[in-house]
Parts: sequence; C-alpha cells; structure tokens
Amino acid sequence: MDARAAALAWRPPPLIEAAWLRWAVYGGALLYLVLALGTLEVNWQRAAEGIERGGRFLAAFFPPDFASHWREIEEGLLESLTMTVTSTVFGVILSVPVALGAARNLAPLPVYLFCRAVIAISRTFQEVIIAILFVAMFGFGPLAGMITLAFATIGFMAKLLAEDIEDIERSQAEAVRATGASWFQLLAWGIQPQVLPRFIGLSAYRFDINFRESAVLGLVGAGGIGDTLNNALDRYEFGTAAAVLLIIIAIVLACEYASGFIRRAVQ
Amino acid sequence: MPVVTHEQGTRVWMRRTRAGDLVAWLGWLIGVALTVLCFQFISDRTIWGFVWDAPAQAADLLERSVPPRWSYAHELWRAMWDTLNIATLGTVLAIATAVPVAFLAAYNTTPSALLVRPVALFVIVASRSVNSLIWALILVIIFGPGMLAGILAIALRSIGFIGKLLYEAIEEIDPTQVEAVTATGAGRAQVLAWGIVPQVMPAFAGISVFRWDINIREATVLGLVGAGGIGMQLQASINTLAWPQVSMILILILGTVVVSEWLSARVRHAII
Repeated sequence: MDARAAALAWRPPPLIEAAWLRWAVYGGALLYLVLALGTLEVNWQRAAEGIERGGRFLAAFFPPDFASHWREIEEGLLESLTMTVTSTVFGVILSVPVALGAARNLAPLPVYLFCRAVIAISRTFQEVIIAILFVAMFGFGPLAGMITLAFATIGFMAKLLAEDIEDIERSQAEAVRATGASWFQLLAWGIQPQVLPRFIGLSAYRFDINFRESAVLGLVGAGGIGDTLNNALDRYEFGTAAAVLLIIIAIVLACEYASGFIRRAVQ
Repeated sequence: MPVVTHEQGTRVWMRRTRAGDLVAWLGWLIGVALTVLCFQFISDRTIWGFVWDAPAQAADLLERSVPPRWSYAHELWRAMWDTLNIATLGTVLAIATAVPVAFLAAYNTTPSALLVRPVALFVIVASRSVNSLIWALILVIIFGPGMLAGILAIALRSIGFIGKLLYEAIEEIDPTQVEAVTATGAGRAQVLAWGIVPQVMPAFAGISVFRWDINIREATVLGLVGAGGIGMQLQASINTLAWPQVSMILILILGTVVVSEWLSARVRHAII
C-alpha cells in the first residue's frame, strides 16, 4: 500500500477504545431509545390544539402587561428577593462549621462522617421536594422558602468549601502551627486567608442560584414570585405571566453579571 | 504595611489601615442591616404560631410516614421509568439543539460575530435563566399535561447549560492544532471535523453526562405541575395526605439519584 492510500485509510482513534464496549454502548443506546419511544404516551391531538394557545402566549410578550397586577408582582418579587438574601446569609454562615467538619485534614473521623452525611442529604433532593416538607412543617409563606434555600445552601457551600480546605497549601498551616497557635488561631491565620477568595466567590454564585430557585418555590406554597406566575398562568392572564417572566430573566441576568464580577474581582 | 506607633515608640503591625477598617466596618454594617431588614419582611408574612409548632409537626409527619408503604412500589416502577425517559430524551433533544448553537456562539467558529453570535448567546441566556419547572408550567398549558411537556421543559432548560459550557470549551481549544489542519489545505468543514471536534469531544461527553445527572433530579419534580413522571404520584400522595406513600416515593427517588450520580461520576472519571 502506498503512502497516499494509507493516509486515506487512517481513522482517528474512537472515544471508547475497546471495540466490544463501544458496540455494546451503541447497541444499548439504540435498544433504550426504541423502548423509551415505544412507551412514550403523547396525546398529539391535544398538542396540536395547544399550538394556538402557545401563539397567544407568545403574543402576550408584545407588549407584556406590567400594570394590571403590579401589586401582586411587587409582593412576589419582594418575597423572592428577601428570601434570597436571608437564605444566602444564614446558609453561608451555617455552612462554615459543616465545611470545617467535612474537611478530612481538620476534623476527626466521626465528625467528618457526620458532616459528610449532612451534605449528602442536603444535596440529594431537589429544592422543591424539601420545600414541600418544610411547608408542611412551618406553614405556607416565605419562611418555609427561606429555610429550604438555606438548607440547600449548606450542602452546596459546605461540599465545595471542604474540598477547597482539603486542597490548601499545607506548609502555611504548618508554619502557623509551629508558632504554637491554637486550633482557632490556625483557622484564622493558616487556613482562612487561603480559602477566603473562593469562599466569597462561591457565596456570590450561590446567591445567584438561590434567586433562580426562589422563583419556583412558590409553586408548592413557599412564597415568592413563582406563586404570582402560577396564579397568572392559572387564570390564563398571559400578559401578566410574560411580565413576570421578563422580570425574572432580568434579575437573573443582573445577579449573574454581579456574581461573575465579584468572582473575577476576588480571584 | 499598616503600622500603629504607640506613645512609648513601639510599632505594632495592624491588619488594615484606619480607612480600611472603616470601610470594612461600613460594609459589615450595611450587610447586617440589609439582612435584618429582609428577615423583618419575611417575619411579617409568617404566622409564628405555626413555626413554634414545627417540632411537633415534624414528629407527627415522621410518625405518619414510617413505615413506608413498601407494597406501593409496584405502582411506581412505571412512573420511575417515565421519569428516566423524560430526563434522558430531554437531554438527547437538548444535545441535538445545543451543539449547533454552541458552535454558532463560540467566537472562533461562529460564521458571523456581528449577526449570528449575539442571537446564539441570547438563546443560551434565555434558556438558562428560566428554571425547568417554570418551563414545564408554561408547556403544560400549551401541550396539556403529560410527558411531552416534561421532555420539552428539560430540553429547553438544558440547551442553555450544555450550550454555555460547550461554547466555552470551544473557545479554549489549542489554536495551533486548528492552524496545522488549515495549513494542509482543509476546508472549513474539515477544520471543524479534524481540528476542533476532537479537542472538545471529552468536554462535550462530560458535560452531557453531567447534565443528564442533573436532569434526573429535575425530572422527579416536574410531575408537580403535571408534566409527567414520579412527581405526579408524589403530588397525588401529598394531596391525599398519604404520608407512607410519600416516604416510599422519596426513598425511590433517593436510590435513583444516588445511582445516577455514581454512574455519571464513573463515566466522567473514565473520560477525563
């Protein structure tokens, strides 16, 4: 075979190297797709009828109706924003001890396992499911939403912060310890300066996530703008729904830019 | 370095200058005041009688939901299968849409940075800023309750996620490889296939599996607004106050999420 034919016959190496595994993955994927699409129940007639309603919904964006239910929108918005602020603050404060306990280089094994369990529980369930339980416990309203988001914040912050604490430069901590520092002094002068920038960055990021989540907690009665949106959609007031959606998108964008700015500034 | 000199002439190191101290103090003051104000607002809208009752309520809830109704599990397999399908088909649909969008959004592959790129970036931003539950709420009104609304809701939310991470991966590729392929006289499509795609393939596979894992979690609650899956059973059980069924459903969700997270971690570990 000459060089040209060899060059033309060359193929890049595939992503999965073992041939049997590659074909098993392809075959399994195909089989799954057939099975999944086979059991998919779709009412196409109903879907076709909905297109007209979808058109009306889209038309409601031009122009959106901010005015007629402004009081409800304002109330929902304030609930969402206050929920975001308080849940981020409380969640971040509570996540610090959990993170310290979940860092293997600081905590003894029993404490480590306990804190890791707290993190795992908080991270497994969707915020909305946790909100259902908290609404059942604390009653309807933004307090249940605030507690839900604070709980979710603990798992998120503690996990990432604990990983960061485990990755610190050991020599700095050791130098502080060699001066005879106590455990708290070690934290304050050996560890805190190393993880602070990332801690601030993560908090800003979590603030952003908490606002997004606060917009849906209203669906299960935990207060916030989601409640307003749900009511508007239930009453087919698409103009108000469009206004609420635009406000949510605008605030999410503002939060995202602000949190991105803070993260770049501290890192 | 900020230093304070005492009357005796001893110099003591300070962490901040006096102005720095003042700024930090002011920052804390504003932060604390804002938090208190926000909490005040929430507190005004709370019936505190219910809150003080919460420990009793929690104990009551726990007592009612233990033991879980194990026999209810067979009615749930079908719903769980639907949930997995919503997550998986939604992810597949999102990948199919997000890949072209990502290539249009990355500055080094976009056909026109002036016209096409802003549109692609807008699609990504719009998709990302709306939660999948809200997408589901809207789609249920349009298409009626059922799995179709769920699949589309998952897909619409995931396009932004996959699109954003993928276009960032495309922008971070090594340009020398692209240059080498271009130097052989390759056309645009060939440069894409041989210079760019192989570089982003591992990132792409990792992002997709990661999003699939998140989508399983999200798909478990879509049923609350009528978009199919196990959330519908959850909603029905909560509405009828059938707490043993609720705890059974929660156990099943817990198991599924743990397995999918393990699977996604394994796959991502194998790729990267």
